[in-house]
Amino acid sequence: MTASPADTSSSLASVLAAGLAIFAAPPLYAQEAPLAYAVAGDAIERPLAGQAGDAARGAALMGDRHKSLCVLCHSGPFGPVQLQGTLAPDLTGIGDRLSPGQIRLRIVDMKALQPESLMPAYYRIADAPRVAAAWREKPLLTAGEIEDLVAYLSTLKE
Amino acid sequence: MRRLRFSVAGGLLAAVACGMAGAAEIAPQDRRSGADFMSAESRAMQAEDAANPGMLWVLDGERLWQAPAGAAAKSCADCHGAAQTSMRGVATRYPAFDARANRPVDLAGRINLCRTGQQNATALALDGQDLLALTAYVAHPSRGLPVTPEADARLVPFRENGRRLFERRMGQLDLACASCHDDNWRGRLGGSPITQGQPNGYPLYRLEWQALGSLQRRMRNCMVGVRAEPYELGAPEYIDLELYLMSRAAGLPLETPAVRP
Repeated sequence: MTASPADTSSSLASVLAAGLAIFAAPPLYAQEAPLAYAVAGDAIERPLAGQAGDAARGAALMGDRHKSLCVLCHSGPFGPVQLQGTLAPDLTGIGDRLSPGQIRLRIVDMKALQPESLMPAYYRIADAPRVAAAWREKPLLTAGEIEDLVAYLSTLKE
Repeated sequence: MRRLRFSVAGGLLAAVACGMAGAAEIAPQDRRSGADFMSAESRAMQAEDAANPGMLWVLDGERLWQAPAGAAAKSCADCHGAAQTSMRGVATRYPAFDARANRPVDLAGRINLCRTGQQNATALALDGQDLLALTAYVAHPSRGLPVTPEADARLVPFRENGRRLFERRMGQLDLACASCHDDNWRGRLGGSPITQGQPNGYPLYRLEWQALGSLQRRMRNCMVGVRAEPYELGAPEYIDLELYLMSRAAGLPLETPAVRP
């Protein structure tokens, strides 16, 4: 098997490398490349886009299963339960259990915490083999969209 | 004993380093056909020939089986006689090794080799209606018989490659076939049963397709789902994957033409 960046163990390193690539890449790529972020413990304390997200937009994004994909695996107090997945923790009360910074890192790069996790890293250029052309060179969600989800999920308290 | 444990740990480390899914293969006693995950209505549709839309393709395949084709003007029946007897059990053993191709071929590929080699006809289009119909007709006499992979040593490296592909994470979502179909087959994805990804009903009628389709079509669907670039139609990777899937399905009854949601 040829070595691929997927084998990189430090996600922070790869994100920083992507950040550095901004300077060398064409403008289109630069717009979509993830910005650098700082991990502290199991959290990313500062908002990715530099400003807090919008909980209402986050709720709408949570409901857009083809874009956010969240409910394919997670259940929670959003939408009909019979259309929700059972592969990942229920998100009911997640705002009690995790801080916004902890939620942020789990969306950005769950594999930094659990390398074998099913959860895709939402804010990383995919480095697995055979990424389809339409999805290359861009993260699953933008920084702003992730902040909207962080804002929404932080409101889920029991 | 200590050395053995050490090598197991090394294997696990290697699996992690290669980005493979973590889990173990499904134990033989836990193997379950996709039919087991369906609604009673869908199971009844599959079981009753008059209600099973896949039987339309089987009937069409019977016509093609009898029809002379190619420069040789020979029909399948001219050499093979009645498919109900001559083809019984054949589909349970495919893919099988073909000496001239020097690699395994699936049942549809075998039919096309017969067309080009024996009938002097052109190969039928992969995933075209005629090849699907003939494949369903040839597989149908094996319905109810257990999947019985060939114990042919020449198949081993291809089957191993199939297993490697099954366990390899890919696409933007960075998931392997095994991530769902070995590790989470009891779960639900967005409300739908994940199932074990068993290959024992193909070609099958999928309600979502409103048509009969091949295992390759189904695998392409999954690859698109994880946002991976599907292999080309007819690519050797699909044959290797099917070889592995059929070994993983050993003992399950063949269901062609199955019905699936």
